[in-house]
Amino acid sequence: MKLTINGKSRQYDGDPQMPLLWYLRDELHMTGTKYGCGMSLCGACTVHIDGQPTRSCTLPMAAVSGKQVTTIEGLDANHAHPLQQAWKEHNVPQCGYCQSGQIMQAASLLAKNAAPSDEEIDSHMSGNICRCGTYPRIRSAIKSASKGEVS
Amino acid sequence: MSCPTSPSRRDFLKKSATVSGFALGVTLMPGIHPVSAEQTATESLSPNVFVELDADGQLHVTCHRSEMGQQIRTAIAQIIADELDADWQRVTVIQANGHPKYGDQNTDGSRSVRRNLERLRTAGATAALLLREAAAQGWQVDVSECENDNHTVHHIPSGRRADYKTLVGVAATLPIPQSDAVTLKPRSKWKFIGKVMTSVDIDDVVSGNTTFGQDVQLDNMLVAVIQRPPVMFTQPVSVDDTATRKVAGVVDVITLPKATPPAAFNPLGGVAVLAKNTWAAMQGVKALNVSWSDNAHSSYSSEQFKQTLIDTARKDGEVVRKRGDALTELENADQVIEATYYAPLLSQAPMEPPAATAHVTADSAEIWACTQTPQSTRQNVAAALKMPEEQVTVHVTLLGGGFGRKSKPDFSVEAALLAKQAGQPVKVIWRREDDIQHGYFHTVSAQHLRAVQDEAGTTTAWRHNTVFPTISSTFNASANSPSNGELRLGFIDNPFDIANMQLEKGQAENHVRIGWLRSVANVYHAFAMHAFADELAHAAKQDSRDYLLSLIGKDRHIDLAAEGAEYDNYGDPIDVYPIDTARLKNVIRRVTDLADWDQRHQQKRFLGLAAHRSFLSYAAAVVEVVVEDDGSWSIPNAYMSLDAGTVVNPGHVEAQCEGGMIYGLSCAIGQITADNGQINQSNFHNYQVARINHAPQNIHVDIVESTTPPGGVGEPPTPPFAPALANALFAATGKRIRELPIPLSLS
Repeated sequence: MKLTINGKSRQYDGDPQMPLLWYLRDELHMTGTKYGCGMSLCGACTVHIDGQPTRSCTLPMAAVSGKQVTTIEGLDANHAHPLQQAWKEHNVPQCGYCQSGQIMQAASLLAKNAAPSDEEIDSHMSGNICRCGTYPRIRSAIKSASKGEVS
Repeated sequence: MSCPTSPSRRDFLKKSATVSGFALGVTLMPGIHPVSAEQTATESLSPNVFVELDADGQLHVTCHRSEMGQQIRTAIAQIIADELDADWQRVTVIQANGHPKYGDQNTDGSRSVRRNLERLRTAGATAALLLREAAAQGWQVDVSECENDNHTVHHIPSGRRADYKTLVGVAATLPIPQSDAVTLKPRSKWKFIGKVMTSVDIDDVVSGNTTFGQDVQLDNMLVAVIQRPPVMFTQPVSVDDTATRKVAGVVDVITLPKATPPAAFNPLGGVAVLAKNTWAAMQGVKALNVSWSDNAHSSYSSEQFKQTLIDTARKDGEVVRKRGDALTELENADQVIEATYYAPLLSQAPMEPPAATAHVTADSAEIWACTQTPQSTRQNVAAALKMPEEQVTVHVTLLGGGFGRKSKPDFSVEAALLAKQAGQPVKVIWRREDDIQHGYFHTVSAQHLRAVQDEAGTTTAWRHNTVFPTISSTFNASANSPSNGELRLGFIDNPFDIANMQLEKGQAENHVRIGWLRSVANVYHAFAMHAFADELAHAAKQDSRDYLLSLIGKDRHIDLAAEGAEYDNYGDPIDVYPIDTARLKNVIRRVTDLADWDQRHQQKRFLGLAAHRSFLSYAAAVVEVVVEDDGSWSIPNAYMSLDAGTVVNPGHVEAQCEGGMIYGLSCAIGQITADNGQINQSNFHNYQVARINHAPQNIHVDIVESTTPPGGVGEPPTPPFAPALANALFAATGKRIRELPIPLSLS
């Protein structure tokens, strides 16, 4: 099967039931996408499939045939997506482990809703756990990015 | 609050990525290691293990503490760069391996800054002096006429300047001065310490260019997933791995040695599946058919055990601190106020489950792990492999959270044993289920409190009995009584000025591995103490803040020794870090001012308050709740005032207050239970942790400016949160919450 990851065409011939997460991490060594729960419960593994936020830890390779996959490494060629800039301006990360997934989830919110309210942010982001407790800064950074405040 | 990122800063971070040990493929392949103090070029200045100036004038700062979100890599760089008066663009951070030469590396107990600020300043100042001496020698001037200024030495009378890179060669030949010959900068000259500075790792984090323990990849590496005994210290009776070995990618199935008490830092045993990738290992473990032995822990039920703890807490305990005669006062009282508090087992559940990679040969072992404690990892791996410690190298990756879980090196020992047996590198992955079910749990506790008030509402007697399985049982299986080390965490150091006080402890058996969790025993002790203090305020019909201040009483340094209590003050001298009630009251006043406490009734806001000294810092929290008609509740605002003495990076400290309170929220709403000796929870669907929609909508942090020595920061914000929340919910509903977890709906 063929798929595209961050604009690059890939051929995959392994177990079609293997989740995308392990193809990214173990075979492509793209470890920006993290493992946190394996059950779509924490959001650390969030990637975009044809633009839609998706938990890669439960998504079998069979389901991504012919799809466009975007990971944190490919969100922006210069790693300067407005959210990545906002994350830096607000010093969002603590340990950083969940932040790839947080940013990918947030990016899919801004793609469909340019100016989300607090409630819309909470609703969209409630599947992404951060044990360091960076939630208030995540909210602030999303709002900054949505308002185009980032430099 | 943030620092703008300049273009040159980006260059600096690129450089740092290639030497910091976190760049995949560069530093993690066997035989290629991060630049470290042992590998310094001849043309470099490295008067101690923390500082190296290379021939290009680049300052390489070695961080010997583990990075788990507290930004210690940045803080250590700030401290050393400050004394060296370095150009921040020319600073890189190297992560130290585990080695005794660094002194203590165990990153727990909120002590990275408090125990290292002076020695790291001295390390930087030593190099700064050598550079001044080298310049003075070259210019034939007196060294006293020279100063360090922005990566140069400046000769003040002539205005001449020499970049550090031109001085390295000479400075490296000069005798290293004794530390008492080194003068530290006055506080007024600090340029990085005390300033908000962006994390040195932030570019890598937001672009996914990080290497955590789970991310390590070595050539020819297998991935292992382990099915551990469902009950502590049981073992496989039979193992049928027929189906496992048919899973594509599975290479081997290895039964680990049986674990025996005490648990210590040893692996739990079980059956490991080694495979070519993580998915195959996970599928292989699922296909195992293992039957397990029974033992005395197999009948452990947390619900029954809860009653046992509560019964014990209500009986007389062993007295550990006594002032006046609380028993007589209670006996003679017309009315006794009493309450029992209960808090369940918890799992630290860092976002990154434990993971370790090992490469073992006949005479060497290399470990890459998300460990809080590389030195004990080294010791335990060496012991397990029966190898001299000197032959074991422990590389510390970034940690995806730690919270005490990763201060136990058991997972690295698993990797070492499996790599030795497999004859090739092995990465052990803990699944979330393994993390929730087989960790070192925050202990379960029951506490019973009794008090007497006089007619004016003044509390005249306080009796508090605490009962919980002790962390000591992890190291001595027969230990069944709270240890002094745990009692010192928010219990024996009770700051209340009550005429008659008796503090007691009761015995409890352990049935799971017990370990540290952020703030440890302070969490449940602060919950009971401050929720009960609020009960006393209510009974006295007084304002909770005013009553708490009166309980704490006059400004003084509390002398626990005078009351027969053994107290080690977090390992630091009591004269340097007294138990200072004035500072505790100060954060209470400041946080209540911040929260507009006095106006809360007029504003129809429901607030709860708690304040707690831990790890030599003073933290007060106010939580505001809104309770809906259906019983659901939310937190529109949370407030904290923290007095942590001297702080290195107020931005980091603010973030720790925010995150520490949210961690405290998780501690208040989560629970681990057990039946038949097995943990019932397994993943985030049934182990409740705070999500963004539960978190306070706004968090307001006040950091007390102080010139006193640094206290802890990572842990102190957590303990006051749960009692402040419970007190706020009482204010809103009139219902006392004496038992955790607090349900997300109070209906």
